Amino acid sequence: MDAIILQVLNGLDKGSAYALIALGLTLIFGTLGVVNFAHGALFMLGAFCAVTLNGILRLSSESIDPSRTDFLGNPLKVKTPYVESWFGPEIGGAMIEWSVPLAILFAIPIMAAVGVAIERGLIKFFYKRAHADQILVTFGLAIVLQEIIKYFYGANPIPTPAPDAFTGSFDFGMLLGFDPGVIIYPYWRLVYFAFAALIIGGVFAFLQYTTFGMVVRAGMADRETVGLLGINIDRRFTIMFAIAACVAGLAGVMYAPINSPNYHMGMDFLVLSFVVVVVGGMGSLPGAVAAGFLLGILESFASMAQVVSLLPGINQIIIYLVAIIILLTRPRGLLGRKGVMEG
Amino acid sequence: MGILEVKGVNKRFGGLKALSDVNLDIAEGSVHAIIGPNGAGKSTLLNCFVGRLEPDTGTVMFDGRSLLGIQPFEINQAGVSRVFQTPEIFADLNLLENVMIPAFARRDGSFKINGWMSVGDEAEIREEAMTMLAELGMDAKADHIAGQLSRGDKRRLELAMCLVQKPKLLLLDEPTAGMARADTNNTIDLLKQIAKRGITMVVIEHDMHVVFSLADRISVLAQGTVIVEDEPGKIKGNPKVQEAYLGGAHL
Amino acid sequence: MLGLNRRDALLFAIVIAITLFAPIILNPFPEGSELAQFNAGYPDLMQRFVIFGIFAIGFNILFGLTGYLSFGHAAFLGVGSYAGVWMMKLLTMNVVPAIIVSVIFAGLFSLLVGYISLRRSGIYFSILTLAFAQMSFALAYSVLTPITNGETGLQLALDDPRILGISQTADGSIPLTNFFGITMRDGFEIAMGGWLFTFNAGYYLCAIVMLIAFYVSIRIFRSPFGVMLKAVKSNQQRMLYTGLNPRPYTLAAFVISGMYAGLAGGLMVAMDPLAGAERMQWTASGEVVLMTILGGMGTLIGPVLGSGVIKYLENIFSKINDNILHQWFSFLPDGLEDFVVAIVYPFIGKGWHLTLGIVFMLVVIFLPGGIVEGGQRIAGLFKRKPPEDKNKTAAASAPSAAE
Repeated sequence: MDAIILQVLNGLDKGSAYALIALGLTLIFGTLGVVNFAHGALFMLGAFCAVTLNGILRLSSESIDPSRTDFLGNPLKVKTPYVESWFGPEIGGAMIEWSVPLAILFAIPIMAAVGVAIERGLIKFFYKRAHADQILVTFGLAIVLQEIIKYFYGANPIPTPAPDAFTGSFDFGMLLGFDPGVIIYPYWRLVYFAFAALIIGGVFAFLQYTTFGMVVRAGMADRETVGLLGINIDRRFTIMFAIAACVAGLAGVMYAPINSPNYHMGMDFLVLSFVVVVVGGMGSLPGAVAAGFLLGILESFASMAQVVSLLPGINQIIIYLVAIIILLTRPRGLLGRKGVMEG
Repeated sequence: MGILEVKGVNKRFGGLKALSDVNLDIAEGSVHAIIGPNGAGKSTLLNCFVGRLEPDTGTVMFDGRSLLGIQPFEINQAGVSRVFQTPEIFADLNLLENVMIPAFARRDGSFKINGWMSVGDEAEIREEAMTMLAELGMDAKADHIAGQLSRGDKRRLELAMCLVQKPKLLLLDEPTAGMARADTNNTIDLLKQIAKRGITMVVIEHDMHVVFSLADRISVLAQGTVIVEDEPGKIKGNPKVQEAYLGGAHL
Repeated sequence: MLGLNRRDALLFAIVIAITLFAPIILNPFPEGSELAQFNAGYPDLMQRFVIFGIFAIGFNILFGLTGYLSFGHAAFLGVGSYAGVWMMKLLTMNVVPAIIVSVIFAGLFSLLVGYISLRRSGIYFSILTLAFAQMSFALAYSVLTPITNGETGLQLALDDPRILGISQTADGSIPLTNFFGITMRDGFEIAMGGWLFTFNAGYYLCAIVMLIAFYVSIRIFRSPFGVMLKAVKSNQQRMLYTGLNPRPYTLAAFVISGMYAGLAGGLMVAMDPLAGAERMQWTASGEVVLMTILGGMGTLIGPVLGSGVIKYLENIFSKINDNILHQWFSFLPDGLEDFVVAIVYPFIGKGWHLTLGIVFMLVVIFLPGGIVEGGQRIAGLFKRKPPEDKNKTAAASAPSAAE
């Protein structure tokens, strides 16, 4: 029992990331009808927003502290981050420590701008072209984005810590009446899950309760009719793309402390997220979210020692295996609509 | 005993009854028109003949063989060709290739790896395809890309693709829809010539002029069921037909 | 000639000439000159040209003709490589059995993957092939280590049985790959003036196999079977209602392209007997997609051009560093020189993939027909419209060679 709970918890953080990326992919596909192979790269860009802000906040001035010496007896060089000298060590230190959550504010305008630029500059020319062309051009874009990041940040993962307050682990087992130390779970992963739930809830509420959202949902169900009603679809498309880019970017920002960002993390997640979207049912938002969590949890179950000893390698291939089985038995995915992307 | 026998065909879409107890007996070598108001189930019926839809109950026998539960390409191989309401052609290929493909299908069956022979050397098939194109007045455009044809030409091309297969039964779904009067008349003449070769035809059509110039027999479909089946001359005066169409007004 | 029409025969003859004289053609700059770094006429690179050419030619039979975009073809190349190395470990260092077995194994594996994946079309098909390839990659890295030797990659060893050969040579080293006694490294060099041309046995083996593969692909393109594959891309509905079953046609194309991939994998290990799992990764599958698109999908010569251009540029771009850039732009005033170098620098060396990505995007956006379409457009600028062809049917039966 405790093992099961632990695996469910373990699956949640990856599942959250899958769900957030898949949600954005589905939004873009459902509204714009575009298959976006660059979506993983947007996730990666988000993670690097966190890296960048962390780096900016740590920019330091160097001064010599005559009162202290290093082990060779020379006067000690002290690095003081500018933010600490501007806002005082208290606030400045806190800003550095909380750089990842702060990066959310930093990432939103950046990701929105990137989203608008990509949609206006590239995607809009591909609405009427074949899905294969869309896949190819966004695949090219993904390569370009990740190579740019690689150029500026190098090929190695860059550790980006979570705030100290969240570095520990939470003893879940105690809460549920198990012995201490049986089910422990890092705080930050809890935060990540809560954050993902918040974003997913926010997107759904936005689509459910705003006029804009209603039009978007109507457009997902029947694009032509909405176009005929004379509603300015173009601008909404741009906004939707920007929102999807923000969702992916924020997923990336918050993921940075879980796995140190590197330039190809986007591609790694993209392949899996596409599988998630297809399993959930192309064009279905609840399907994307459900499949994201489902596959995340399934993956963590498959990684259990007992399972791996029984079926070696299963943890590596479980997601693909499930995708293949689902695609063959339920061609439209778990919650897919009829006629989406067929033929 | 006709070449196409339809017995007790029912088809539901959810709560909507699209076809209810449809019976048809189409004589070999005849031109049989199916008419009826919009939503009467004409296209649904045609779809049941070519394997696009499967009726819930009933039988469809063609030439002594059931057409149900088999794939569309098997139905075609049995001798049934269909012209669609919006022309289905190979838009990226040229006209000659468009017509050669069905000719190959007739000669080689539903699948054959013939990867070593050159298309250019297939003199017999080429000849046949060119003759067919010439017959429909399109041989001058043989190397044009099919997708760039006018709508009327696309229809004629599709007809050529069906005819080159020498089908026993030709199904036509509104062959003159959207055509100008002159084109319509040309098409009627063409279809009359085809009928003379002994190809059985089932035509769905809205244009009464076309129906009455072509058909040997007419079935009137209304609300998913055949209300009248008779010769053209007797259909016009039939009060049931007028009821179905215009609520009593004269055709 | 050879059952080809005039234009195809001409194209084939040109390809034969270029391939056979490649060691000379690709070395236009004298040895030791400033420009010698742009030479491509050395065995290793030329082998890569033709091997990836084979891979792309095969991929094009599937993607170019039927329109099915596979994102998993590298898996077949990988399976072919492993099978090839195993033949060399178990049987003989002669490359012929290794290559044959590579093709067979890749063919069988693609039959399995294709049979399942082709139940779906469009993006679902792409995802299914991607899933299979990633699965193969993951398994090759982990569970299948006894067969694939995991991360290290499968290599020859001194204690391999090699039933029909020798485990090790007299001096205690691993025997070399050979073609009935001619080792793949054999060759000779000809120095002519300042030029040095290397003629390598391995390259010529690959080149001849590539020419055969290219010839087969021309035959397929021009055959009734090829027309059926184009029909699959154009309109599957119409095919079905025309009495044709699209699925076996597509599966046949899939397996043929899988066998081409296996052939490429077999040749790779024939040149360098080492097989690693990274060859199966989806980025490797993406690379062959890039080659085909860049050259011109659905055209005969496109994939060969695409693979040549990408492999050549990859080689050249990776070699250039900022010193070389500074040399090039040294004619500029100092400040400007630094500025230009700073701008160009991200696109060369390790930035090669950035350039590739940008070029690829530009091609997809502006030139969907790739290099071949570009060539046709340029040719079109210089040529006035050809006079009305009197014999239309002749034209119809002989589609342009580049098509």
